[in-house]
Amino acid sequence: MKAPSLCLLVILAFCALGEGTALAQVVPDIPDVEITGEYGPFLPTLASKDGGEVDQLISILHWFMAVLFVGWGIFFVYCLVRFRQREGHQAKYEPIKAKVSKYGEIAVAGFEVALLVGLSMPIWASVKNDRPTEADNPFRVRVIAEQFQWNFHYPGADGVFGKTGAEFVDTAENPAGIDPNDPGGQDDVVKGELHIPVDRPIIADLSSKDVIHSFFLPVMRVKQDTIPGMRIPVWFEATMTGIFEIACAQLCGNNHYSMKALMYVQSEQEVEDWIKKASIVEEFDEDDLD
Amino acid sequence: MSDDHHPQLGFIRKYVFSVDHKVIGIQYMLTAMCFMFFGLCLMSMMRWQLAYPGEVMPILGSLTETFMPGGIMLPEFYNALGAMHGTIMVFLAVVPILVGGFGNYVMPLQIGAPDMAFPKLNMMSYWVFAAGGVVMLVSFFVPGGAANSGWTSYAPLSVVATTGQTYWLIGMVLLITSSLLGSVNFIVTIVHLRVKGLTMFRLPFFVWAQLVTAFLLLLAFPPLEAAGLLQLMDRVAGTSFFMPEGLVVSGEVASYTGGGSPLLYQHLFWFLAHPEVYVLVLPAMGIVVEVLTNNTRKPLWGYRTIIYSTVFLGFMSFLVWAHHMFMTGMGTQLGAFFATTTMIISIPSVIILTAMVITLYNGSIRFNVPMLFALAFLPMFAIGGLTGLPLGLPASDIQLHDTYYVIGHFHYVVAPGTIFAIFAGIYYWFPKATGKQLNSMLGKLHFWLSFICINIAFAPMFWQGLAGVSRRLYDQTTYEHGKAVQELTKLSSYGVWLLALSQLPFILNFFASIFAGKKASANPWDATTIEWSAPSPPPHGNFAKVPVVHRGPYEYTVPGAAKNFLPQTEASEA
Repeated sequence: MKAPSLCLLVILAFCALGEGTALAQVVPDIPDVEITGEYGPFLPTLASKDGGEVDQLISILHWFMAVLFVGWGIFFVYCLVRFRQREGHQAKYEPIKAKVSKYGEIAVAGFEVALLVGLSMPIWASVKNDRPTEADNPFRVRVIAEQFQWNFHYPGADGVFGKTGAEFVDTAENPAGIDPNDPGGQDDVVKGELHIPVDRPIIADLSSKDVIHSFFLPVMRVKQDTIPGMRIPVWFEATMTGIFEIACAQLCGNNHYSMKALMYVQSEQEVEDWIKKASIVEEFDEDDLD
Repeated sequence: MSDDHHPQLGFIRKYVFSVDHKVIGIQYMLTAMCFMFFGLCLMSMMRWQLAYPGEVMPILGSLTETFMPGGIMLPEFYNALGAMHGTIMVFLAVVPILVGGFGNYVMPLQIGAPDMAFPKLNMMSYWVFAAGGVVMLVSFFVPGGAANSGWTSYAPLSVVATTGQTYWLIGMVLLITSSLLGSVNFIVTIVHLRVKGLTMFRLPFFVWAQLVTAFLLLLAFPPLEAAGLLQLMDRVAGTSFFMPEGLVVSGEVASYTGGGSPLLYQHLFWFLAHPEVYVLVLPAMGIVVEVLTNNTRKPLWGYRTIIYSTVFLGFMSFLVWAHHMFMTGMGTQLGAFFATTTMIISIPSVIILTAMVITLYNGSIRFNVPMLFALAFLPMFAIGGLTGLPLGLPASDIQLHDTYYVIGHFHYVVAPGTIFAIFAGIYYWFPKATGKQLNSMLGKLHFWLSFICINIAFAPMFWQGLAGVSRRLYDQTTYEHGKAVQELTKLSSYGVWLLALSQLPFILNFFASIFAGKKASANPWDATTIEWSAPSPPPHGNFAKVPVVHRGPYEYTVPGAAKNFLPQTEASEA
């Protein structure tokens, strides 16, 4: 037993040397505005073009589950009552020839295959593969997650994202780490709010600066983990204007619960004006906006 | 008696460092039940913060000034409680009870063996487990508190987390080592120590479930052990197995060389953690089958079908792990593969459950306490299984992934599912282990209170999940959709607290019956399997005479037989 306990001691000594980083936390300052939509014990308001398919699948699945559970439950309760131990009743040794169960199982399996091939796979394929093309004129934005805020990087009037690098990151001044010498990055805007146009495809490229977060737009039926070291695109199309919430759906540290941002779905003009205003103000004073 | 081979031992050798599978089984059982109660207490504290965010906690508010200044829980403490609740319930409570406790105690008896194949290895696996438990408990007292990156401990969050995470990893390595030692022992015992006449297809289903479980542990745990050690190295030795380059943590460029992948850790973790789900479920099904057949007084319907399904389930459980990772950016091919395997694995589960319910048909059902728990397992497990469907299809998982829907789903499988099966097993085998009967009035009270409260605790989570509330939120009222279902959260909290109180009749019953319970005969349930032919409690060495097996495990109400049940060990008159 000497060797293993020695190993353990060595490891514990390592630990005692101490890591335990004290985290400088960024907690976003969210304006107190009224959130659009209805929320309750069922799915929240749907505000995207393709989210309806997801809702439909969820609803079909729940009806299927309910039918199975109730049917099965009736048989279960029937057995409990009909075959309870009592005077003059005896169990039967011979097994019943239950064809019904076999057909039931085949039916369940068949329905699962239908759901899988007929609904889930096509929806998943369109979520993953039907990326809006240039012809669809998508609105592009980069989403950079960090403990504990969302940064939205807009390309500005030139439509070009500036080069970025970890070495340029400054949490307050340059959260996206835009290369100050890159001409493409001069009019870029990085803000903690997402402003997107309604009725136009949105492509958001997700990345993370530190740990895994998850970009969750409940009303759009969009969820995608942001993985450090990877840039992962999601796309969707908003169908109603309003102010909605963006949530972090993956535990990312102490203030995970407050890692919220607002998404403003606006007309094309309003978004353009907001970005223009943001880029002009940025040249003079960071904090003057809003 | 068999005491010829087992001379009188001193107290320490008999009860502390024992090599007797029954003593080890009871050690596992008691340790793990303490951990289970501890896990429930952690959750009860979390439920206060969830129901009344930011308010002073009554009673326990003054427990720790560091983590609950002024009686208000800090987010880091909430996260630590969550991570430790999960870890403790899975690795220190449910698995040790099912495998270490029931497996150790019942399995050798059911195969007529005098002990496990490697008794000293068995003792070692208990003590390594206990050491792992101690490390986990100690971690609450290190600077920064216990691990707070979730029971999944995803990198990079876990790599940059406070010291508690290092203890978590060391604890996990010990627990995994213990499980590996145990699983080898189980497999060898089941394969080699069956008594004469006990062919594989005469084994009680419980033993089959333990065999498949042992293979799952043996094959699935090593990747997690590796992942744990790699993560430990990332934390203490500056390696970058799971750390990509270019990280900026807390405003500083992180000093990791990079080149690692956070997704690699998730793959290694879920390659264990999905089979682990079946480790949590199969032995529970084993217990339910034993209790169900005994109390319907008829053979199990589809014995071979259930066994084949179980083996298939075990095999398939290695091919579904990435359905936990649909939202990591998985493409269509992988998504289709894992969704398909997930639908396939649901089929043997449906078959097993169906066979159990059909067993009720034409039975003569006795509603004693073990049977009540076993019967409740069926609909509860069904809810848990069915709600897995929307999570197993990537398209519907988009909205439900990492929400309370997931929490509701797996708690229905493990809490009113597996834990009810555990209670069924405790009430069923308690007379064998102690020679005393548990009080059935208190038992029924325990059952009905637990059954109602556990549903109040978990059912609201499905609606919370549909509403879009993410799991692991310190305060869900940050979000509009969270505020909308805050009342459900409160309801769920009351369910948890009442559930904790509902365990009092059980605790009372358990200890009172050990000392003052009615004396139990060797076979109080008129059961057929071999353990009931040993005395209650069985002595060291188990059987006075090596039993010989004449028939299958569930020969109840055999036509023409003199009595209602034919024990496996009884030579037939004909």
